[in-house]
Amino acid sequence: MSTVGGNMAAPITSETDGNIKENSMFLKKTLSAVPPLTLRIVAECPVTKARACDLTLPHSSVSTPVFMPVGTQGTLKGITADQLEGLGCQICLGNTYHLGMRPGPELIEKANGLHGFMNWRRNLLTDSGGFQMVSLVELSEVTEEGVKFKSPYDGKEILLSPEKSISIQNSLGSDIMMQLDDVVSSTVKGPRVEEAMHRSIRWLDRCIAANKHPDKQNLFAIIQGGLDAELRKACLDEMTKRDVPGFAIGGLSGGEEKDDFWRMVTLSTDHLPREKPRYLMGVGYAVDLVVCVALGCDMFDCVFPTRTARFGSALVPWGSLQVKQKQYAKDFQPIDPDCQCPTCKRHSRAYLHALFKSDTAAMHHITIHNIAYQLTLMRSVRQSIVEGRFPEFILTFMKRMFPSPDQYPGWAVEALASVNVTLE
Amino acid sequence: MAGSRMKLELSKVVQGRCRLGQLKEIGRMGQHSLDIPGCLLYTHLGTVPHLTQDTLHTLSSLPTVTQVTLSNIAEHQEVLDEFKGGFKTFAGLHDTVLYCSLHDSAAHRPTGHTTNKTVSVWGSGGRIELTVAKFMALQRMVQPDWYQAMADGETWQTGTSRKRVRKSVDRSLAHLDECLLVHQKSQELDGVSVFGVVEGGDILEERLCSARETAKRPVAGFCLDGFQTGAMDQALRSQLIAAVTEELPEDKPRLLQGVGRPDEVLACVEAGVDLFEGFFPFQATERGCALCFRFDVTPDPESAVADEGRHAAGETQPNGDLNCDDQTHMTRFEMDLKDKRHQDDFRPLVEGCGCYCCRNHQRAYVHHLLVTNELLAGVLLMMHNTSHYHSFFRAVREALANDKMDLLRRRVLGTLTE
Repeated sequence: MSTVGGNMAAPITSETDGNIKENSMFLKKTLSAVPPLTLRIVAECPVTKARACDLTLPHSSVSTPVFMPVGTQGTLKGITADQLEGLGCQICLGNTYHLGMRPGPELIEKANGLHGFMNWRRNLLTDSGGFQMVSLVELSEVTEEGVKFKSPYDGKEILLSPEKSISIQNSLGSDIMMQLDDVVSSTVKGPRVEEAMHRSIRWLDRCIAANKHPDKQNLFAIIQGGLDAELRKACLDEMTKRDVPGFAIGGLSGGEEKDDFWRMVTLSTDHLPREKPRYLMGVGYAVDLVVCVALGCDMFDCVFPTRTARFGSALVPWGSLQVKQKQYAKDFQPIDPDCQCPTCKRHSRAYLHALFKSDTAAMHHITIHNIAYQLTLMRSVRQSIVEGRFPEFILTFMKRMFPSPDQYPGWAVEALASVNVTLE
Repeated sequence: MAGSRMKLELSKVVQGRCRLGQLKEIGRMGQHSLDIPGCLLYTHLGTVPHLTQDTLHTLSSLPTVTQVTLSNIAEHQEVLDEFKGGFKTFAGLHDTVLYCSLHDSAAHRPTGHTTNKTVSVWGSGGRIELTVAKFMALQRMVQPDWYQAMADGETWQTGTSRKRVRKSVDRSLAHLDECLLVHQKSQELDGVSVFGVVEGGDILEERLCSARETAKRPVAGFCLDGFQTGAMDQALRSQLIAAVTEELPEDKPRLLQGVGRPDEVLACVEAGVDLFEGFFPFQATERGCALCFRFDVTPDPESAVADEGRHAAGETQPNGDLNCDDQTHMTRFEMDLKDKRHQDDFRPLVEGCGCYCCRNHQRAYVHHLLVTNELLAGVLLMMHNTSHYHSFFRAVREALANDKMDLLRRRVLGTLTE
């Protein structure tokens, strides 16, 4: 019998039609016997919609809820793969648009995929390139075919179609790939939102068809629909009919009102299957993470922690600390006395403040700390869910983050109340 | 004597000048040693450029002496004063010997601000003027294991007058005497070594005068200043250094400032220099280049064949002038990773190099990082360049021990054909 895991075997010509069907069905079954993604729900919070899961992916397993740092161009700014692994990161992001431009999918294939190119042995998630089309470049046209845009490097026109995006992601070899969606800013209203939602469904089907490695690479759908509950519900109804390994909640975290944001998140998780992971894209602020875990999300990504680090902003349980500010010049304690990261174990705020004037390594120290902060936060969240004390965790977390209850963000209070957690 | 503990143990001296040995009992507790000829660990404010302690310690053997400069430190005087624990603790340094110099040899140094009583350093906020009093106050706060005395070395520009050179000699001696006075009265500097600085520009008589006079002072060793790359050609440098070291006591180390290019290092070792500053790897890193010059001299038939292949394939990268005066230009000892030819080259930077970058990554990846302006490029290149450079120094010591300096020189210059 031919080997499992390869392409579908060609029909064996000497056998009858019936046998051919049987053989390919056998192969399908054998292939699906080792799915590239399994989700095991370890604990569910009896009060909120939070879950703690073990997500098994081709390169390693991932404990959720999980925050995924963003390594846009095949590197996490200034941090080596070893350092990232040492912090306990199990999955990080690469960016299809950027890597598709430089160095390009052919080269990365030659390098044994993005894993080989970066020398990262754990998991990788690549987005489709869709968001960059909107956020970064001069948009020529969005048509049913795909998104046509001008390359910032040589001015050439490029068409990013669902097929092209999946092709690049297949070359990158990521463990999780995102469909190409028709991305519309969350502040846009009107018929464009509906058009984009329907198109995203059609593009999802094209992406599914284009995936050359369904046995190794998981294609996630992205729920759209803007801030319109009906549109979102329609999108959820349709997309959940497709047998994809996971779902992302897209079209949010783009400048909309937080009051609208959380309602769309909770609506989405209400209608996503329990046994598949829910990935909320572009969310990474600590408060947002905790609330959205309570609303039922498992996976998150955001450039904020790593980007803000390079400006000297260190994330701490009580907010953030602008290390470059004068007040820290003579502050000889670490960023967070309770933090176990390499930066806090060895260096003081004062030293980092001084180092920012002399060397780029200052940024790296803060980046390491911020990633450690995010990963530790999620680990603590998970632990509290597993131990059945997530609501208490939320209360403690909010108390630490805000000097007084009247400073709790209104939207967070409401959102948590909707899942039975009452902040003072 | 200021820092009498430092002991120089020579195992070999060639032509009465070129020395192999060990500098022992360095550090306040006398717990460290440094092989010579050797180089120091170059840092910005105690941090090896681009590296955190994790990435730094991927290097298997670091120099035991870490260099910091007052040009980085001076602006933080108030902070150090309040901290009181000394710079090593302030910076969270590993267990190392701390050497404090005046200037950063890899940084641009404007001229024209030196007076009879002051020298200037440039921090991130601008010029800071130092009197000996302020200089010594800083040393008391930094609490290094060893430092160079304040000196006037502004003699490297072409056409520096004899008068100006003489001034630099006289001032430096005066500064040294004043430093030593303060040193002896400072409890914080107990057990700390002071190096006298030999000046004299490119004028032999002044160099001899400076050497003889400095040697009379109770110092633990000597810095040779004003010889930096660009100040003079190597022939004159070798000649002057040989003459200077003749006047210096044999049992005290000689540290050459401002010289880091491998060919210049070799020539200066043969002229009598023991220690070098380790800034050259940093300069290559900033150029986006990886050091790749060879320094193996043990005959290996397999690599000889491979070499011929590499020569033919144009892989050895001849570029830059042998007598390149500009420290920012690429030298013949490195390869430009931004060059398109590395775009799909999946070999390590240097075959056989044991550094983190070469064990884990390929030229194509580093090329990509440089093209996309990624911070990791600097991190990886710094790890490689530091490793390569320190391995070169190990090769120098081995070549000296085995009488293979001539072979090594030819290998480094790329003129060894076997």
